[in-house]
Amino acid sequence: MFEPTALLFILFAGLALGCAVSLVAQRNPLYCAISLIGVFVALAGLYILLAAPFIAAVQVIVYAGAIMVLVIFVIMLLNVEEEEHRPLNWRFISAAIALGAILFAEAAFVLFFVNTPRSVQLSSEAPTAGLTASIGTGLFTEYLLPFEITSVLILMAIVGAMSLARRVGLVPRSASALAQMAADNQSTGGGNLRPVDARQIIQPGNTEATGQAMAQMQIERGEAAAPAPDKEQDG
Amino acid sequence: MLGINIAFIVVLVVVAYTVLAERRILAFIQGRVGPNRVGPAGLLQPFADLLKFILKEEIVPDKSTKFVYVLAPIIAIVAALMTLIVYPFGPTINLPFFGPVSLVVARMDIALLYVLGITSVGVYGIALAGWSSNNKYSLMGGLRAAAQMISYELSLGLSLVGVVMMSGTLDLYNIVEQQSGWFGLNWNIIYQPLGFIIYLISAIAETNRVPFDLPEAETELVAGFHTEYSAMKFALFFMAEYVNMFTVSMLATTLFLGGWNGPGVAQFPVLGVFYFFGKIVFFLFLYIWLRGTLPRFRFDQLMNFGWKFLLPVAILNIILTATVIFFLS
Repeated sequence: MFEPTALLFILFAGLALGCAVSLVAQRNPLYCAISLIGVFVALAGLYILLAAPFIAAVQVIVYAGAIMVLVIFVIMLLNVEEEEHRPLNWRFISAAIALGAILFAEAAFVLFFVNTPRSVQLSSEAPTAGLTASIGTGLFTEYLLPFEITSVLILMAIVGAMSLARRVGLVPRSASALAQMAADNQSTGGGNLRPVDARQIIQPGNTEATGQAMAQMQIERGEAAAPAPDKEQDG
Repeated sequence: MLGINIAFIVVLVVVAYTVLAERRILAFIQGRVGPNRVGPAGLLQPFADLLKFILKEEIVPDKSTKFVYVLAPIIAIVAALMTLIVYPFGPTINLPFFGPVSLVVARMDIALLYVLGITSVGVYGIALAGWSSNNKYSLMGGLRAAAQMISYELSLGLSLVGVVMMSGTLDLYNIVEQQSGWFGLNWNIIYQPLGFIIYLISAIAETNRVPFDLPEAETELVAGFHTEYSAMKFALFFMAEYVNMFTVSMLATTLFLGGWNGPGVAQFPVLGVFYFFGKIVFFLFLYIWLRGTLPRFRFDQLMNFGWKFLLPVAILNIILTATVIFFLS
């Protein structure tokens, strides 16, 4: 009979492998994303079995809880279609076989040639390696420099993402820039565009002005009747 | 196993009666009577509702993505219920025939991170429900929910960092024990008032309750992400929402209001359970009170408030806490 740990390992490993195969095999991008979440959750289970609960929690919080939510958000927002079947390309298949062989060889090398005495894991004192306190102490004493360098790297990535996302055309225009645009528009005649008046630019959140502008537009298009002029008071 | 079952049953009964209490209190606020026909003063109403949910016809929309459509409510309720096991419902009590019984199902080194992790998985239930229903109102609701929940999760997590820095542990049982004594003056709310307020606001947004209930804004989106859900699948979403309310109330009680601490607990540990549930009931009442009082945010206001106000204030709270701890120690 198996130990419960072994059963749990088989459960989580099987779940991870199954989800990984499904991730590659599925054609619908949303199913792929759900499979990837399954892989992450199963990996978190494996980490807990390896007595590393902190890594498991961070795995779920960061990957399953934050990054994959963004991926699913984008898939939902863009409504990505199912990928169509393409004919097999032998170049990709040969490259895949070569890379797979290398990975397999690495795994075999670790299994058969790297000697790890099993008895080391079963030391008498309680293991503290995977616990939150020991990770925190390690990060802020022994591994402080790598930790800080990684933080700077992440900060750089954030700044890079911001500067890529805020290209010229997408920068939210300030009121003065809009006024300048309106002035340019009027001086050049504005082509086919309707001349923009700086006073007409409605700030987001100004519901009253939005409503009035919508009504004005509908009246101009003839979709709504103009309000009747005030009737004279009958005597 | 027994502990898990008892915790589930207790929580589900409390949740069922929260729904009834919500209907009665809202009715009181609006000058109505509310459901009072099933059983004495309407006390059997939750069971009538449950029976009705089970007996209703399941309608699956024709062009929905069936697998995801069925999966979504399961994710929602599982994620909501999974966090129950780490909360300490009371101190260790001595039962007459069983000996000492610990009132926490699983004590973990990473209990708080576990709660945050499971909570962050809960958003998939809502987002996938909105996407798979093949309905534009559902999709809008799902998108809003995903955007709102990942925005407020940040300030929710950061508001708890102050408490963690003060107590130096992520184990909820230890955090509660550290708040005992001093007639309630050791409660974290006294040292972390800013963190408590940020947590409360973020938690209301995280559970999609009024005034942050944009994912199901009925004036714009019919019913939001669960428009196409009927019968028991809808009931699962409904239950998940109330279980989430219950769990964020438990977290607020545990981290800020001293958990099961109260007068007389040292002599009679059983009292701790009552104090714990009393504090939770206070938070649940606050939820219902807010629903009866406040109007809904607009979506841009919601995003601006979360990112431009709540998040900076949460970071400021961490800096303040760190400075004070540094100079005191």
